[in-house]
Amino acid sequence: MANLAAVVGIGQTKYTTKRGDVSIAGLVREAAVNALADAELTWNDIDAVILGKAPDMFEGVVMPEIYLTDALGCNGKPMLRVHTAGSVGGSTAIVAASHVQSGTFRRVLTVAFEKQSESNAMWALSSPQPFSTHLNAGAGGYFAPIIREYMRRSGAPYDVGIKVAVKDRLHGARNPLAHLQKPDITMKEVEESFMLWDPIRFLESCPSSDGACAMVIANEELAGQSPKKPAWIRGAAMRSEPTMYAGREEVSPQAGRDCAADVYQQAGITDPRRDLDVAEIYVPFSWYEPMWLENLGFAPEGEGWKLTMEGATSLDENGDIPWNPSGGVLSSNPIGASGMIRFAEAARQVRGDAEQHQVEGAKLAMGHAYGGGAQFFAMWVVGAEKS
Amino acid sequence: MSEENEVITGIDAPVALKYNFTAGAAAARFLTQVKKGVLTGQRCPKCSQVYVPPRGSCAACGVPTEEEVELSDKATVQSFTIVSIPIPNNPIQPPYVIANLVADGANISFIHLMSECVNEEVHIGQRVQAQWKPQEEWDYAMDNIRYFTPIDEPDVPVEKIGHVPVSGWEG
Repeated sequence: MANLAAVVGIGQTKYTTKRGDVSIAGLVREAAVNALADAELTWNDIDAVILGKAPDMFEGVVMPEIYLTDALGCNGKPMLRVHTAGSVGGSTAIVAASHVQSGTFRRVLTVAFEKQSESNAMWALSSPQPFSTHLNAGAGGYFAPIIREYMRRSGAPYDVGIKVAVKDRLHGARNPLAHLQKPDITMKEVEESFMLWDPIRFLESCPSSDGACAMVIANEELAGQSPKKPAWIRGAAMRSEPTMYAGREEVSPQAGRDCAADVYQQAGITDPRRDLDVAEIYVPFSWYEPMWLENLGFAPEGEGWKLTMEGATSLDENGDIPWNPSGGVLSSNPIGASGMIRFAEAARQVRGDAEQHQVEGAKLAMGHAYGGGAQFFAMWVVGAEKS
Repeated sequence: MSEENEVITGIDAPVALKYNFTAGAAAARFLTQVKKGVLTGQRCPKCSQVYVPPRGSCAACGVPTEEEVELSDKATVQSFTIVSIPIPNNPIQPPYVIANLVADGANISFIHLMSECVNEEVHIGQRVQAQWKPQEEWDYAMDNIRYFTPIDEPDVPVEKIGHVPVSGWEG
C-alpha cells in the first residue's frame, strides 16, 4: 500500500501565444516559483524535481532537462524527465507523486512546459518515414478520421462539437490564466469558423500556447503542516497501448478504459458521473468530450453526446458534472504542460482555490491526459479529504 | 542610438536533421517489394491478422510475424478527413483528402492521399485503387503510390471493412 501524498502548491503561467519576455528556462522557473510561493516553501525544501515536456523535436532543444536544472534549483539534486507525448504533463505528475508515495522523497517539485512560439509542432509530428506516405497534416489530420467514425457510430447531431467549443471557451473566460478569452463566443461563430480538417473547425481546435505548470507534492506528514489546504491524491494510474494493431479500437481505446477502471477502483468510485464533483479532461478537439465521456464511463457507449447537449458538463448551465471549468485544452494548449494543467486544476477545485471557475463544494475531482495516437493515458483523482 | 537599446529576445536558428533510416528486416522486405510495385503484408501466426506495412511483429499478440502475404492495390475507405489547412513546405495544395485505407487482404489501415475524386462525395466504405507513379520513378518508398482514386465497385458495409479478402470485393 502506497503512502499518502498530496498537492500542497500549484503554480502556473499566464497562457498566451508568445512569451517573448522569457526563455524556456525563465518560463519553467516562473511556474516553479509560483508553486513554491503557493506552498509557502523555498528551493531548499525540495528533495527532487520531475520534469515533463513533449518530444524534443518541438523546440529543437535536445534533453532540455539538463539545461533547466539551474532554473529549477536542482543542481546536485535528483532530477528525472518523463516522456509520454501529449499526455506527458499527467504522467509527470504521477511519476512525481509515486516518488513521494513510495517514500523515496518527502517533497518533490514537478514541472511541465511547452514554448510553442519557439517550436513547430506540426513539423515535429510529421517527420518522413519511407514506409508511409508523407502527408504532413499534423495532429488534426490524425484525429479527424477517428472523430468522423465516432459521429457515424453514435449518430450524434452535427453540432455537439460546436457546443463543446462554446462551453469550454465560456469556462475559459472565467479563468484569467486561459489563453483564449472569448466571453462572447456563439454557436454560430464556431459553426462559421474555417473547416481545418473536416469535421474539425478552427474554433473546435485547441490554440497553440506558451506556458508552464508546476506542483509541489508532499508526503502525509509534510502535507499536514501545509499552510493551505492540500489536495490528497486518492488514485493515480497510467496505461498505454500500441498505436497500430489490427482490430484496435481507436474511438474508445482499451488503454483509456483500463486506466479509468484502475483509478476509480483506487479512489472507491463506482459511478464517475455521480461520485466525482468535477473533471478536467484532455479535450484538444471538441468532439473528444463526448468520446471521452463514454471511454471514461460517464455515459454509456454512444450516449456521451447527450450529456454535452443537456448541459451536464457545463458550469454555466449548472451541470451536475462540469468538465474543464478552467477552459481546458481548447482554451490553452502548451502541449507538454496541458496534462499537468488538468491535474493541477483538479487539485485547485478540491482545495476550493479555483476562484471564478470554482465548482461549488467540490470534494472529489479527476485529472486526465492522453497523448500520441491516443495510446498514452494518465489519470488521477484528488480529494479534499484523505479518504 | 536606438539600435543599441533594442533588446534581442530571440533569433531564428534553423536546424537541419539528416538521418539514415534503418528499416529493419520486415520494413526492408516491404520496401523492396514496393520498389517492384507490390504491396506485401505479414500475417500474425496467432490471430491471423495481416499487417501492412509490416513491422515484424503483431503488437496485439506480442509475437513475431514472418509469413508474407501479397496484397491487392485496391482498398476500402475506413475513415477520412478533408484537409483545408495550409501547411508550410507541404507540396500538396489544400483542400485534399487523407484517408485511412484498408488494402484488400489486409486487416489494418494505413494513411494515404485520395485524389481525382469529388471531396464532398468521399465516404466510409468507398472502394479505391492505387495510382502508381511511372515505373522509372519507383523507389524504396510508399510514395511510389501517388494517391488512391475511387473505383466503380459497390461500397463495403462498415462491419466488413478490414475483412475484405485479397481476391477483392464483389458486393
